[in-house]
Amino acid sequence: MSEIALEVRNIVKRFPGVLANDHVNFVLRKGEVHALLGENGAGKTTLMNIIYGLYRPDEGEIYVDGQKVTIDSPHDAIRLGIGMVHQHFMLVPVFTVAENLILGAEPTKGWSLDLKAAREAVRRLSAQYGLEVEPDAVVEDLPVGVQQRVEILKALYREAKILVLDEPTAVLTPQEVEELFVIMRQLTQRGVSIIFITHKLKEVLAIADHITVMRRGKVVGTTTPAETDEAGLAAMMVGRQVVLQVEKTPAKPGEVVLEVENLEVEDERGLPAVDGVSFEVREGEILGIAGVQGNGQTELVEAITGLRHIRNGHIRLGGQEAPERAPRYLIEHGMGHIPEDRQKHGLVLSYTIADNLVLCTYYQPPFARGLQRNQAAIVENAERLVNQFDVRTPSIFTTAGSLSGGNQQKVIVAREFSRPLKLLVANQPTRGLDVGSIEYIHKRIIQMRDQGVAVLLVSAELDEIMSLADRIAVMYRGKIVAVVEAGQVSKEELGLLMAGSGIEKARAG
Amino acid sequence: MAEPAKRTSGWPNVRRFVRSIAVPLGAVALALIIGAVIIELSGASALKAYEALAQGAFGNARGWQRTLEKSTPLIFSGLAVAFAFKAGLFNIGAQGQLLFGAITAAWVGFAVHGLPPGIHAAVALTAGAIAGGLYGAIPGALKTYTGAHEVITTIMLNYVAMGFTDYLANGPLKDTSPGNIVARTPKILPSATLPTWHWLPFGFVLAVAAAAITWWILRRTTLGFEIRTVGQNPHAARYAGMKVARTVILTMVLSALLAGIGGAVETQGVVKRYEPGFNANLGFDGITVALLGKTDPFGVIPAAMLLGAMRAGSNQMQFKAHVAQEITDVVQALMLFFVAADMIVRWLLRMRQAEEGEKITLSTGWGAQ
Repeated sequence: MSEIALEVRNIVKRFPGVLANDHVNFVLRKGEVHALLGENGAGKTTLMNIIYGLYRPDEGEIYVDGQKVTIDSPHDAIRLGIGMVHQHFMLVPVFTVAENLILGAEPTKGWSLDLKAAREAVRRLSAQYGLEVEPDAVVEDLPVGVQQRVEILKALYREAKILVLDEPTAVLTPQEVEELFVIMRQLTQRGVSIIFITHKLKEVLAIADHITVMRRGKVVGTTTPAETDEAGLAAMMVGRQVVLQVEKTPAKPGEVVLEVENLEVEDERGLPAVDGVSFEVREGEILGIAGVQGNGQTELVEAITGLRHIRNGHIRLGGQEAPERAPRYLIEHGMGHIPEDRQKHGLVLSYTIADNLVLCTYYQPPFARGLQRNQAAIVENAERLVNQFDVRTPSIFTTAGSLSGGNQQKVIVAREFSRPLKLLVANQPTRGLDVGSIEYIHKRIIQMRDQGVAVLLVSAELDEIMSLADRIAVMYRGKIVAVVEAGQVSKEELGLLMAGSGIEKARAG
Repeated sequence: MAEPAKRTSGWPNVRRFVRSIAVPLGAVALALIIGAVIIELSGASALKAYEALAQGAFGNARGWQRTLEKSTPLIFSGLAVAFAFKAGLFNIGAQGQLLFGAITAAWVGFAVHGLPPGIHAAVALTAGAIAGGLYGAIPGALKTYTGAHEVITTIMLNYVAMGFTDYLANGPLKDTSPGNIVARTPKILPSATLPTWHWLPFGFVLAVAAAAITWWILRRTTLGFEIRTVGQNPHAARYAGMKVARTVILTMVLSALLAGIGGAVETQGVVKRYEPGFNANLGFDGITVALLGKTDPFGVIPAAMLLGAMRAGSNQMQFKAHVAQEITDVVQALMLFFVAADMIVRWLLRMRQAEEGEKITLSTGWGAQ
């Protein structure tokens, strides 16, 4: 166990204006799971890209199996037995498992592809590492968890001895995460060493042998699950004590604000994505929608916020039927929307913070005077909101694109919360944010609830749903399969519901 | 951290300005250098050629007048292209819109009698603007309601416009005065012409005013904010409650309106009738002008004047330096090439790629909305 598989010494990587890796040291032992933990922008990805040959370090050395190496390309990395499973899978959806496996390293017989050899390779690797996959299954038909297995198999097929898993649990249900952990254990028993990149503290404590925490390009320290706990790790990541539990009082629900009745919505391909969904959200409560990504949440939110055509059903805001696809009507009637993809919908990245802060209200006084925009009011508004919402920026004339993710999200939150709201729709409001920003945005959402705003919170993070929501609706394949009170359900039960089990079955375990 | 920021002013602005014009200036310089090499290779003197070119364009009042006359329609078509760019639309159709503006102004100019001088000119100009604008509504509506890409539709509508105006000039609107065998309309009435004060054509003044108004719309009005938002991020525009479809159509109409005025001004100020061939390429060159001017309304003016000067002086160059006029077309094409392939210029100037501010997208994908 103590033999060293990979070591990096004093790695320095500079980007213009940023020191992304500042004398980083990191030791991966043979057959261990080594978690690399850190906030976004801490330098984890830079380090991994250096190890995988996508970047070249400005200083420092890399050793594989005790040998000093230079890795100039992913090709070099693969040759050295380093495999990477990206967060977004690099699979061809219409190919079979076997075909995906051999892509780029195809076995041939004469001029033709030797698919038989490919199939055998899948079976052999499956048996060897305990990863069950059907070689002839078409990838797009497979659940996400199985697709991930195919990615891991791909790396193993290329004889990887060191596996880098980049945020592998982001797209999985809790049960699938458990399965992945079992697979990771099996791999390490067979001599594979794993670098596990994540920002989820619980998972780190559950699976890692060693934990290295990075902050602002530096390694803060290396520890083991036995020596620390969530609070300790969070403090290492952020550099100060963090309140992990959101403090809130019981909800005091009032009038119904949002009423959704028998809603049917289609996705881009015209297939039903939301299939007969009904629920209501009241003043002063947070309804959380839990579910694995891709079960209709995106389409549901887009329909409610006026961005998507409704095939059937009703959406009422304050008792009034909302006209279809009319975001401006909804905005003017008290809806605030924190969109799922902040860079696509939430911001104009080339605009200044000041312009982004009036994106929805630019045509109203005081921001408009007749045909003209009122520059003074726009500037005054921006200065006030940047202060109030603690947006860290050199100037209100900085473009939104040059802000960090957390500050971009703060700009959106500031803009949406600066209007008088009746309904707040928040879709993945803290995705990809650092612990500090998450803490801040959670606090603000609770504050809105306490002021009597109805909040619809959609999140793939169960912890977020469980700590914020007063009621939880679970979405599975376009339907709401259960609505439960937040205090009366366990994480395991929710996980089973998200995977499609009925409520009784989930309760039975 | 969040202390109130001062309005950005002073040196940072100057530096940004210099940075923003570095690429166009570099492109012009490169084009002139390569042009010089070509001239030398053909056996003539590049220095003499460029000197004659400059003489012809700026050497005297006549030269200035020619330069300004040549630049005027280019300012309008350049503004048309630049304006559409701001909404993320690539209006290749300025040529067709300009033709419709030109022939409509000519028709009002010769067929409408009894209007007082200033009024007649204004009416003809307005008619040309409207004709161009309406012609631009077609690709706007096609894009909005059917998803047809404006690059394709405007290219095709250019051919429709060329064919149709040719037909009009050779048929219903043909000059039937005895002895005329050319396809052209009758001369417009003196009351419909635009004056020239000494060497300053009235059309040029209009063009500068149009640039100022375009700048004001884009930078200072809520409509301009909508147009720019749609251009920079249509998803965010929809999210914010802007009516993207309406903005796209309106932008195309306003863009085409500018092109239409360009045609009308050329008719009323220079040609004094509609005659096919006189307006050739004025709309197409708007693309070069817009890109050279960094799609900035005020950048369009010097860009158009540069092209206008090359045209105004090319005669002189041929006459004095014995260099074919077509060399100016080559230089102009090279300018467009180097502005579009700005990586080359950036590399030569050792400039970094990342530049702040709004992006110019040459074209959105075929499927993109």
